[in-house]
Amino acid sequence: MARIAQDDSGAVVIIGSGAGGGTLAHELTRRGIKVVLLEAGARQSLASFSQVPGDAFAQLTWLEPRTISGSTTVAQDYPTLPSWTCKTLGGTTVHWTGATPRIRPWEVRSRSTYGAIKGASLIDWPIEYAELEHYYQLAEKRMVVTRRNGNPGLPASNHFKVMYNGAKRIGYKRVHTNYMAINTRPADGRGLCIQQGFCVQGCKTGAKWSTLYTEIPRAEATGNLDLRIQCRAARIEHGENGLATAVVYRDAQGNEQRQKARIVCVACNSVETARLLLLSESAKYPHGLANSSDQVGRNYCSHTGGFVWGIFDKPIQFWRGTTLAGIIEDETKHDPQRGFAGGYHLELAALDLPSLPLAGLPSTMWGRDFAFVLEHYRSMAGMFINGEDMPRATNRITLNLKVKDAFGLPVANIHVDDHENNAAMRAHAQRQSKALYEAVGAIRVVNSRQTPATHNMCTARMSKDPGDGVANAHGQTHDIANLFISDGSALSTPGSANPTLTIVALALRQAQFIAAQMAAHSI
Amino acid sequence: MTSKTLIPRRDFLGASGALTGLIAAGSPLALLAPSRAWAIDLKALSSSEGATLMAVARTIAPHDKLDDAAYALVIQAIDADAAKDAQLLRTLRGGIGQLGAGFASAAEAARVQSLKAIEPTPFFQTMRVKTLGTLYATPIAYAYFGYEGEAFSKGGYLLRGFNDLHWLPEVPLEDSGPVPGT
Repeated sequence: MARIAQDDSGAVVIIGSGAGGGTLAHELTRRGIKVVLLEAGARQSLASFSQVPGDAFAQLTWLEPRTISGSTTVAQDYPTLPSWTCKTLGGTTVHWTGATPRIRPWEVRSRSTYGAIKGASLIDWPIEYAELEHYYQLAEKRMVVTRRNGNPGLPASNHFKVMYNGAKRIGYKRVHTNYMAINTRPADGRGLCIQQGFCVQGCKTGAKWSTLYTEIPRAEATGNLDLRIQCRAARIEHGENGLATAVVYRDAQGNEQRQKARIVCVACNSVETARLLLLSESAKYPHGLANSSDQVGRNYCSHTGGFVWGIFDKPIQFWRGTTLAGIIEDETKHDPQRGFAGGYHLELAALDLPSLPLAGLPSTMWGRDFAFVLEHYRSMAGMFINGEDMPRATNRITLNLKVKDAFGLPVANIHVDDHENNAAMRAHAQRQSKALYEAVGAIRVVNSRQTPATHNMCTARMSKDPGDGVANAHGQTHDIANLFISDGSALSTPGSANPTLTIVALALRQAQFIAAQMAAHSI
Repeated sequence: MTSKTLIPRRDFLGASGALTGLIAAGSPLALLAPSRAWAIDLKALSSSEGATLMAVARTIAPHDKLDDAAYALVIQAIDADAAKDAQLLRTLRGGIGQLGAGFASAAEAARVQSLKAIEPTPFFQTMRVKTLGTLYATPIAYAYFGYEGEAFSKGGYLLRGFNDLHWLPEVPLEDSGPVPGT
């Protein structure tokens, strides 16, 4: 592993080691570029992943305080955990479920396709779909995605059989075991999926792609990576010319350190990326870095929907099998006749017994109604609605000056008021899901409300017009040429696809750009 | 959790109250525990306070055939937290006082009504989160609800029934994929 001196101003400093940061670190180091990778969390391994759901959650999750405001039900149901992200080497690629659908062509032109929508801040992406598609293909090869490049699909579990038959009976056509970055056979130096159903606890066979055991060790093997775990960034500094010069962080002992940098790439997951840019305010940048447009933290998106649970009187045992290996693509379209703009995916989803009561059901549900659902744990089926969230300028990450973290820094506040388009889409998806389950004999169908977002996006979005966003089509911030956004914050709009594949595709593209700019001495 | 925590050695020194019970014959729990009698010491709460909170937990998550011992573990966890957190203990005592002495022995409909009236309070929300967060994470709950838990050490379910559902038609291969090894 490389040792890069703290006063060496020639390295790229990447903050965050997940889908964006971990992939970028590998792509730059394999091109001979020196990288310091800062990760707030510790390093786990296949051997150390806990398989006790509560312990695994504590092992991987970002549990430092965040607050939430607004009319969203998340504020009622999850006041202390308004989003569910990771603090561990590999970031959310450790707890993600491996689902890798693509954003669709019309979703990157949502403003043009949907038109002006009141109370929304839609923009078109600054990237043509054909170009994005090229990087999707590269990402799918790298991550060994099922049903792409000739790879077989995952086999059908009991749980998927219920979803599949219900979907077919109500007329859906595009229903299958999903596009998954999960091995159906040993590949890429990783094991195969043994259908254990512990996808969000860390995959003990490594069947599920994660930067923890793919990109990061490969970056280490180049000799160009200086990986620093349990190191949390506190601010990014700049020089008189306005360019980024260093990252100040706290090490594992809580001591303040300062790493000089030629380029800084922020990949802390959308909530913390916005927070870090805002925390880096200075006399020159009084509203935070890269924020002359006042767009940092705004347009915060997750995905619209929540869970739908079908209750049956026959055994299913939905905890057995790959958690998200099932998808319906028919509702991913723009068809205003349904009463809303944009579309949604329905994806197979199960929860382990300890997690179901709090993570899968609304806080208002208790007593006999609640107990009825749990009494049917053996004979439940579930889906997750993954719908395009309507961006709003007022849905935003700000600093909560009243609540401080362990280092005395203001925590992030997430403000969300649900757009009426989301409400219409959610209601449609819940009706369709109910019909689906009833078509195969459900005795009852129960909805969750919005759950803490694992898909956090768009808080430092790419935009053609510098006034509409924070970064250009390469994730390079409009204001500061050597400051990059390298995670889901950069997505211009959320689309209806789980974001990891898109984040990896954009990281591959960004790495090419950064390497070329460095070679040309443009940065 | 092992049977040790179910049937702990009684240590009255410093114990404030206690919850005791007898596991119903024929309950799945009877197979897990070495003895049908159980007792749990409380550090911060009195026996009657513990009994009221047991009734709150049973009203929030009413599983008629789930043994009292499972609910006692919830109260044990809440009591342990309250012993370290004076504010929490005050919140609990305030709520217990509001519910009144007759709560634990009241009929379910009356208990539901009492809790509905205080649903937005920190007391109720604390009890809801702690009850739901603890009750379903124990081996007693795994056995009762049929959850199989950790599966890696047994090779997952690939060869142990991930696809053994036969009350619906099979999925065509083009919409799924081959089972490895077949």
